[in-house]
Amino acid sequence: MALYSEKVMDHFRNPRNVGVIEDADGVGEVGNAKCGDIMKMYLKIDNDIITDVKFETFGCGSAIASSSMATELIKGRPVDEALQLTNKAVAEALDGLPDYKMHCSVLAEEAIKNALDDYHSKKDLKTEG
Amino acid sequence: MIYADNAATTKMSELALKRFVEVASNEFGNPSSLYSIGQSAKDVLENARADVASVINADPREIIFTSGGSEADNQAIISAAKLGEKNGKKHIISTAFEHHAVLHTLEKLKKEGFEITLLDVHSNGIVTADEVEAAIKDETCLVTIMFANNEIGTIQPIREIGAVCRKHNVLFHTDAVQAIGHLPIDVQEYNIDMLSSSGHKFHGPKGTGFLYAKKGIRLTNLIEGGAQEKGKRAGTENVPGIAAMAEALKAAVANIPQHNDSLRAKRDRLIEGLLQIPHSALNGDRDSRLPGNVNFCFEGIEGESLLLLLDDKGISASSGSACTSGSLDPSHVLLAIGRVHDVAHGSLRLSIEDDITNEDIEYIIRSVREVVEYLRGFSPIWRDLVAGKKQFIL
Ligand SMILES: Cc1ncc(COP(=O)(O)O)c(C=O)c1O
Ligand SMILES: [Zn+2]
Repeated sequence: MALYSEKVMDHFRNPRNVGVIEDADGVGEVGNAKCGDIMKMYLKIDNDIITDVKFETFGCGSAIASSSMATELIKGRPVDEALQLTNKAVAEALDGLPDYKMHCSVLAEEAIKNALDDYHSKKDLKTEG
Repeated sequence: MIYADNAATTKMSELALKRFVEVASNEFGNPSSLYSIGQSAKDVLENARADVASVINADPREIIFTSGGSEADNQAIISAAKLGEKNGKKHIISTAFEHHAVLHTLEKLKKEGFEITLLDVHSNGIVTADEVEAAIKDETCLVTIMFANNEIGTIQPIREIGAVCRKHNVLFHTDAVQAIGHLPIDVQEYNIDMLSSSGHKFHGPKGTGFLYAKKGIRLTNLIEGGAQEKGKRAGTENVPGIAAMAEALKAAVANIPQHNDSLRAKRDRLIEGLLQIPHSALNGDRDSRLPGNVNFCFEGIEGESLLLLLDDKGISASSGSACTSGSLDPSHVLLAIGRVHDVAHGSLRLSIEDDITNEDIEYIIRSVREVVEYLRGFSPIWRDLVAGKKQFIL
């Protein structure tokens, strides 16, 4: 049996939504180089809908595949729906991850939450100012 | 396919395979049986023992066959510890970058009250005999230092360390799993008291190996049972495996000079080519290293994704990244030579053998360069490094 499912390998080999959004409405970065995985998510949000999302990842195969899958799952979705995304849902959408790789899907969930927090705090600043 | 992971395991040679099948088919008797087919299997076993012994200049009675390198390491260290304990000596000296078969055995002994000194191996991955000598105390019962490291291929000054141990009358064990078959080894000249070896690293079968223990060293059993291996390792012997291992070892040793010359040239070209990749570095000393070992760190990328993409290009290699080890820490070997976590995660080990062609070497260089550039293209660390938000380490 291969290390990863076909789905994981597909997202790893052809990651969706790779890149940077220069004028992002929310940016989130999680993980650290010490543990070996870092994810950065960029969101473009219009009327509380995620209209565009890009990511950059330093990490293993499952970290890259999880980032890619997570961006697909939230693209075009309302912000409050994206906030509900769990790492389990990411892993399931990838047809599963090995147990010791589940932390990579947790990072994807956290990166999105982190980017949405950033979006909310920027929005609060705007309405206050 | 280009197989560049010979430090993990090797393909059995035609010769070894032929010998394996021959012995398995024709010598199925139990070497402990007294009738002729048993005794004939016994002859096969003893001839293999004599062959193995002569390769390292030992006496056949000093060789016991084991299931591989791990078992030999365990038995050597446990035996020396038991002997030491009897004389009230409970201090062991080793290095920080030994194989886990050694390190985990030492950890177990530590829990039993032994004091363990793990010597620094410096940025070049080499410990010195002076450092070993400085660490020796009255209570020291064992020095165990690997002949050559399995990840970065650095060769230790075994002859000098052996001399120091002899001078202070301390037992000296060396894990020679990566060295044997590649480097000439003479246990008498080097003052080696115990040596571990594993068949599958020199084109012999997996699950075979041996422990050399100098005459007079009382071994402690890890496996109790029948009287095989002079009562020091119970269990009906793996006769075909042992015969095939001996065959593979003889062939490897007969070829050392030619083998090393051609392999070293290819290794050096590989190192040159990979050094052309910006912000990369060779791990371990450049000269005192196994002829087939290349180990690099590439800043800004992670090792597992590098391996998976190289696999897609038909290249089998390995990495010391955390994500290939199943823990959050990268290789203890790379940390021991002072590589910080960020960089240690981006490591690649290529261990090549004779079958590799010059074209293969050029193809590996091109492929690694391509994959590293591709992964850096969407690495947030690389972006920060290029933008000057972080300092390059390599
Ligand atoms: C240096 C070293 N020691 C010990 C071992 C263990 O050998 P085996 O796999 O035969 O148990 C290995 C192999 O991985 C090794 O490289
Ligand atoms: Zn990971």
